[in-house]
Amino acid sequence: MDKDAAAVISARRLVKRFGTLTAVDGIDFEVFASECFGFLGPNGAGKTSTIRMITCVSPVTEGELLVDGLDVRHDGRRIKARLGVVPQEDNLDPDLPVRQSLFVYSRYFDIPAPVARQRIDEVLALFQLQDRANEVVDNLSGGMKRRLSIARALVSQPKILVLDEPTTGLDPQARHLVWQKLRLLKGQGVTMLLSTHNMEEAAHLCDRIVIMHLGRILAQGTPADLITSHVGEEVLELQAADQEEKTQVLERLAGLGDVTVEDVEDVVFVLGLGPHGPHVAAELLRQGQKARLRRATLEDVFLRLTGRGLTE
Amino acid sequence: MTFGGVSYRTLRVWQRNGDVFLRLWHAELVWPIVEPILIILALGLGLGTFVEVGGDQTYMQFLAPGILAVYPMWASVGECGWGSYVRMSMQHTFDAIIATPVNLEDVIAAEILWGMTRGLISTMYILAVMLAFTPSYGLVDSPLVILVPLVAVLQGIMFASISMSYTSTAVSLASLNYFFSLVVTPMFWLGGVFFPLDSLPRGFQVLAWFLPVSHVAAIDRALVEGNLHWSHLGDLVWVLVVSAVFFRLAIFLMRRRLIK
Repeated sequence: MDKDAAAVISARRLVKRFGTLTAVDGIDFEVFASECFGFLGPNGAGKTSTIRMITCVSPVTEGELLVDGLDVRHDGRRIKARLGVVPQEDNLDPDLPVRQSLFVYSRYFDIPAPVARQRIDEVLALFQLQDRANEVVDNLSGGMKRRLSIARALVSQPKILVLDEPTTGLDPQARHLVWQKLRLLKGQGVTMLLSTHNMEEAAHLCDRIVIMHLGRILAQGTPADLITSHVGEEVLELQAADQEEKTQVLERLAGLGDVTVEDVEDVVFVLGLGPHGPHVAAELLRQGQKARLRRATLEDVFLRLTGRGLTE
Repeated sequence: MTFGGVSYRTLRVWQRNGDVFLRLWHAELVWPIVEPILIILALGLGLGTFVEVGGDQTYMQFLAPGILAVYPMWASVGECGWGSYVRMSMQHTFDAIIATPVNLEDVIAAEILWGMTRGLISTMYILAVMLAFTPSYGLVDSPLVILVPLVAVLQGIMFASISMSYTSTAVSLASLNYFFSLVVTPMFWLGGVFFPLDSLPRGFQVLAWFLPVSHVAAIDRALVEGNLHWSHLGDLVWVLVVSAVFFRLAIFLMRRRLIK
């Protein structure tokens, strides 16, 4: 990614309010050309509200939001012409055959018919749907509908592809196929904006991530940087048999100095052990504890920052 | 160029509805033809033999122009009721479309134009049936009948806009029933289609005057019977004003509902 490149999306003190509820609470971010930028956060974090403002279907309450240099407040139609939007819930035309549904969609962008036909063939081939081109959309499986949604968003050859939780509700096979296609697009230099609460998805696809919670951005960076700076390399996971045992272990860990202990019901997570990790784990195992040292993931960062309780 | 936020792109959405309709046309073919024929025959020939409407007019001759007003009304309000609600809230078609350069105002205008189109199709069916019956029953009496499709366009926009305004407030598919039973059904029966309004008590006559369908029925009747009068200009203005008000209202209410 070229850091000097101008941002294709930039938000300054962006706010979205619904009545008294503040869904997006003054966030700043920039998305650069050809990168995959992810909004990660639990339900209700403000991801979808942010995306809806970017895609010009929801008015900005306060702040500034520029997409491809245009102001979302005044240039909605022009911005929308440059975006490809994959919604959270499929909203394909269920009664039309696959190919025709894409053709109908291409007309909303004023794409000349011969050009549209050619592009439709290309995107159907790319998403392995060419054999289903004459099938009525309603008869497709969930995974195929999702692929068709992404294919549809590409018919207009958008400058930015916006995906709102693109794999929610898909089975693992279908999810991996979607990821594979998205990596392919990324390889072709398509700028992508993605919202997800799936850590694996964010780690898989995103060059940079912001972690959102209750309308604010808690952290941003590359997945690897976020893990090292917020959690460290490894996490020790410990399942204590009873309260007494847990108290003993917690006292022992407190003696190690600069570590973070998260005590969650029956599991204790220990972060920031650094080089002490292996021998602490070995010692606990010798004492007959159920301890496990594993690599830190984005999920640890996420849970550490957004808390382990339900937010809704 | 836009009109109240509506652009030429509204035609793209109208085309979309047309494409889906043409895909499913066989499912939509029978009802709009069979029911008006049944009504004209059953009420006109059956019940009509017991009814005297004055002059040398048969009941069937009285009834047929009214059918031209009410069946297309059902087609338009149905389309912008059930049809639009399904597209808006169940298939999320509106969401899909407004993510493109098409705006919500275009979508709502297109839904209304499409509701009008469904009414116009219904009008053409009924007109064909009436012309086919004319040699036997003398249903069409004037070349002015050629203007009926024009009236159908105006009434279609009016009924579709009224229906769309209600749909914008509907909380479920079932809640559309209130509109159909409390607004559309009374218009169907009390709009001067099945009996002349001047046979009603004075109070009801005033009430019926406020039903949009009574003005459409009056114009259609005049065109079919060939007795157009200056007073029908008043009916026309009434239709135009109501159309303009509800068209703007539908867009306003839909914006309030969907742009959040």
